[in-house]
Amino acid sequence: MTVKPNAFSQYPDAQGRFGEFGGRYVAETLMPNILALEKAYEDARADPAFTAEFEDFLKHYVGRPSPLYFAERLTGHFGGAQIWLKRDELNHTGAHKINNCLGQVLLAKRMGKTRIIAETGAGQHGVATATVAARFGLPCEVFMGATDVKRQAPNVFRMKLLGAKVHAVTSGRGTLKDAMNEALRDWVTYPDETFYVIGTVAGPHPYPMMVRDFQSVIGREAREQMLERIGRLPDAAVACIGGGSNAMGLFHPFLEDEDVRLIGVEAAGKGLDTPDHAASLNGGEPGILHGNRTYLLQDADGQIIEGHSISAGLDYPGIGPEHAFLHDVKRAEYVSATDDEALEMFQLCSKLEGIIPALEPAHSLARVRDLAMELGPDGIILMNMCGRGDKDVPQVARMLGVEV
Amino acid sequence: MNRLTTTFARLKADNRAGFVTYIMAGDGETADLLDALPAAGADVIELGMPFTDPMADGPAIQAAALRALDNGMTLRGTLALANQFRAKHPDTPLVLMGYANPVHHFGYANFAKAAAKAGVDGLICVDLPPEEDTELREALAAVNISIIRLATPTTNDDRLKTVAEGSSGFVYYVSTTGVTGMGKGAVTDVAEAVKRVQTATGLPVAVGFGVRTPEEAAEIASGGADAVVVGSAIVSANHDGGTKTALELVSRISAAVRAAS
Ligand SMILES: Cc1ncc(COP(=O)(O)O)c(C=O)c1O
Repeated sequence: MTVKPNAFSQYPDAQGRFGEFGGRYVAETLMPNILALEKAYEDARADPAFTAEFEDFLKHYVGRPSPLYFAERLTGHFGGAQIWLKRDELNHTGAHKINNCLGQVLLAKRMGKTRIIAETGAGQHGVATATVAARFGLPCEVFMGATDVKRQAPNVFRMKLLGAKVHAVTSGRGTLKDAMNEALRDWVTYPDETFYVIGTVAGPHPYPMMVRDFQSVIGREAREQMLERIGRLPDAAVACIGGGSNAMGLFHPFLEDEDVRLIGVEAAGKGLDTPDHAASLNGGEPGILHGNRTYLLQDADGQIIEGHSISAGLDYPGIGPEHAFLHDVKRAEYVSATDDEALEMFQLCSKLEGIIPALEPAHSLARVRDLAMELGPDGIILMNMCGRGDKDVPQVARMLGVEV
Repeated sequence: MNRLTTTFARLKADNRAGFVTYIMAGDGETADLLDALPAAGADVIELGMPFTDPMADGPAIQAAALRALDNGMTLRGTLALANQFRAKHPDTPLVLMGYANPVHHFGYANFAKAAAKAGVDGLICVDLPPEEDTELREALAAVNISIIRLATPTTNDDRLKTVAEGSSGFVYYVSTTGVTGMGKGAVTDVAEAVKRVQTATGLPVAVGFGVRTPEEAAEIASGGADAVVVGSAIVSANHDGGTKTALELVSRISAAVRAAS
């Protein structure tokens, strides 16, 4: 595909910017590392052997390509457009996260790094990183907020089974953003030997680009599968947004298909009119955190506010800078869904399709429902089913008042 | 030419290293502490601007930032403290230190105006490397406030050129890879690095991150640094024992630095 001169897909620029977002806002100690990583990634990306190894592991270890599935019963229930699910919940470890971990750990190996670190909120990215690190025999340390360690005990045990060391982070308020701060502190302390596997399209350049590239396998496969199955592209591609990696992976291969609407669903928590949400684009302002300039939840003094969502994978107070860009240039639309809507869709999808979705993509389903009505029976919706709900079963049971 | 330039010139003429003290705005009786620091021996004062996500700080300063925020400290409040200090202390340079977001949120141009009015001489934004500081640096340069850049053990000669370009006031040499307060680098390595940074930038070099005791400060001072920065130890003393305890530590370190150089 040739790219038009002002194409949406040409970003980031050489400074790691997507329009006025992105960049490299890190302490000087990390600058040489960030620049070296950028160079190593450029080299790897141009090396067919690297791509071949990545694709081989995606196929045989992760289980790609993931199917594209026509959700006939959900379609019938909503009574509007056809709903097609990209089944990334069938990946090894149960979510899209592993696509990115695999790419980054292969790069770490290529760079001769001897130690892997990662941050995690709910534990999905931590588990995926620990999994790939185990496969390649690299020691792995995962930083997780102390509050989350308590809330997500099964994932903590999983990471330990996989041989990772889990640090319960008590600094700050002990949640995902504090875990990321602590991982960055670790990285400045051991910059030479450490590879920091960031779990979403955030962080300093080149992370937002690199994570997007590794996750773009989702959109590339889905685009091809749509053409193969129904001979046309969807009217809309929908994905939920925490930091925005599964959404960016789905959107990127469609950026130049301007007839395809791209719709990101943020977590509205208890409602956008309450302080308890995690909708950085719908309820935040541009600012600087964790290495990039993007939309952030912040107060009048520029202090960062904790995100809230029923889904631990969505309660990050920022969003990847490429989404901030796509939002401002209006190439993508960003909407939101509440905790209650996610809980309702979690149950509906389980009953109608026999697919227990993760709470994160359950948010997407709430907006897919509206969109299906809006587009009508001729419409085609592609939604990324980016994770399975096994991890959420104990929490949902509790919320529904059931003892398990 | 601002208070930083004059102060470092005077220190050079006196043939001694300077002592830079760091405290966190809003953590304890900051106004009183600030007021008493010059008499206790501080040559330059760094005033921390609290931030919720202090990525480059160790436990002592992280906790101080959260306490300050819980006490209601804001960037506006920090500037008010600076203003109050400046009214009584016309000569001691005052440098604000913190993270980019509150300053970005305030607006770079607004911040430059307000900081100049408050008598601020320099700004250290830990997460604004040279690649990202142009807009703020130009706004500050227009009102004669220096952007103080950081150099670290990982800053090689190539990068030192980038750090030097547009730097003014002094260069902050971070003596160890790591966060604030976690132990300093080996003394011989630091002395060598200080010389390298001085040569590359032509600016005075202050060494900090992990200098805790009068003995360590004296070692750094006699190793050729233009100034020694102590932060976490003063912040901890202030939290544990209050203003008086903090000032006692400042006096002891100041005496050691003066004796060493
Ligand atoms: C299943 C699932 N979906 C989505 C997310 C949110 O991340 P992102 O927005 O980067 O895709 C997570 C994060 O843990 C997740 O586990």
